[in-house]
Amino acid sequence: MIQFDRVSKRYPNGKDALSKVSFTLPAGQLTFLTGHSGAGKSTLLKLIMMLERPTQGQVFIEGQNLNGFGNRHIPLLRRKIGMVHQNHQLLFDRTVFDNVALPLIIAGYARSDIGKRVRAALDKVGLLDKEKLNPIMLSGGEQQRVGIARAVVNKPPLLLADEPTGNLDPALSEEIMDLFKDFARVGVAVLIATHDLSLIARYNHRLLTLREGRLIHDGDEGGHHGS
Amino acid sequence: MAANKGPRNATPIKANRQKPERVRRVAGAHSARTSLQDRFRSWRQHHQDSFRDALQRLNAARASSAMTILVIAIALALPAGLAVLLDNARAITRGWDGNAHLSVFLDMNISEQRQQQLARDWQGLDNITRTEVITREQALAEFKALSGFGEVLEALPDNPLPPLIVVYPDETDPVTLRALENRLAEADGVDLVQLDVEWVRRLHALIELGERLISALTLALAAAVVLVVVNTIRLAIESRREEIVVVKIVGGTDGFVRRPFLYSGFCFGFAGGATAVILVQVALWWLGGPIDELLALYNSDESLTAMAASSLIVLPVFSGILGLLGAWLAVGRHLGDIEPNF
Repeated sequence: MIQFDRVSKRYPNGKDALSKVSFTLPAGQLTFLTGHSGAGKSTLLKLIMMLERPTQGQVFIEGQNLNGFGNRHIPLLRRKIGMVHQNHQLLFDRTVFDNVALPLIIAGYARSDIGKRVRAALDKVGLLDKEKLNPIMLSGGEQQRVGIARAVVNKPPLLLADEPTGNLDPALSEEIMDLFKDFARVGVAVLIATHDLSLIARYNHRLLTLREGRLIHDGDEGGHHGS
Repeated sequence: MAANKGPRNATPIKANRQKPERVRRVAGAHSARTSLQDRFRSWRQHHQDSFRDALQRLNAARASSAMTILVIAIALALPAGLAVLLDNARAITRGWDGNAHLSVFLDMNISEQRQQQLARDWQGLDNITRTEVITREQALAEFKALSGFGEVLEALPDNPLPPLIVVYPDETDPVTLRALENRLAEADGVDLVQLDVEWVRRLHALIELGERLISALTLALAAAVVLVVVNTIRLAIESRREEIVVVKIVGGTDGFVRRPFLYSGFCFGFAGGATAVILVQVALWWLGGPIDELLALYNSDESLTAMAASSLIVLPVFSGILGLLGAWLAVGRHLGDIEPNF
């Protein structure tokens, strides 16, 4: 699904954000990405979203080399990626329904289709009864679930999450994690960037650890962060 | 080829049923889950939505929208109004060119009979199409009626106006007229020959100058309209920064992001142009009375003509295009600055 092949990213200010990072994320797998602030987590996500381009190396998504993508192709790539943000990135000038419908409108779904898909996504995150509300009236956990519904509404093969449980208490975090696990179970490649070690410790999933731009650990969480 | 042949031989109903299926299958294989037809429909839908959205936002920020629209309207009403006045001036003077004539003032002691005689004589000369006799009494009557100095004239013991023969030449080029003027000036009993064409020329030159000035003014104010819209749209982009970020993250194309702003720009321009039309019409209505009076005093049958019917739609559309241009510039300049970040 995603493949990084010796990817390096140096910003114009000379800072090396990533150095020769290689890994592969298969479809249907849930993977954690962790590391301290500035270790390169955000840069890695940005490369996948094509918000940045690598200085060296190649990123493949669904077998396609992103280096060969022009700016014109970026929107089509992003439609294959559901992105969940720590601060939700919801629009407060419209209803929950309209927030979730946005990716479908952009991708050009028929009106009749949009209603069905939005309600299916809202149903999945348990907010079907809140579709007419403004997201500002929802709690933090509910807002995050709206963000997830929006990320998955067009059934992307890839789901990225940047600190999805950042502001949530453990019980709510668990609900969100359960959703992610469900998506992985139906074949979505899920990559969760987080420095919430307790969250990582509670699940036995693959873990990628970055330190100063280098991938220093790739494998089961188990022994590495045990107890 | 073979695929085409099949339906042609088959019944029309069958052909209709087969074709969409084929298209859908091809589209489905290449792209995601949306057919081309769906995409076109949704593209059209987004245009409609963008347009409605632009109008709603215009309405939501009524006060500031009204300001922008008024600025555009005033900027456009100025050259448009001047152009209408100039059109009128041109229409009025158009007849005058052909009416170039020489006023031949005779000596005061020339009798009316002699005056008639001279007029008849001249009628036969080269380059003269006709002559017109205005006796001293006629001149006095006309002067009284038109000048407003009637009472003053009453007070005078004698009619101070000389007998006049108006000579209409068949050509209006300066050389012929000048020659004719000299010939008539030498005739017996002629006091003064006045060539009444110079001032028409001057007027034409002035109108020409006016046209140039209006063109320059139009250009300058059109640029002002574009800049006003650039600024308005820039602020709109700034206030919708979050939305733009989200749209870009979920895969909105530049066109998708741009579209609502372009519609906004067009709406501002169009509304401004329509308001300009109203302003010009009100101004013309307000000026109409005095101008008609003025024209009557100049002995003209013309009355103030309003804007051409075509301008009523041309001006808003032209203005709408200016708005679109402004929005395009603003979007091109500022949309690239807004990129998602996390």
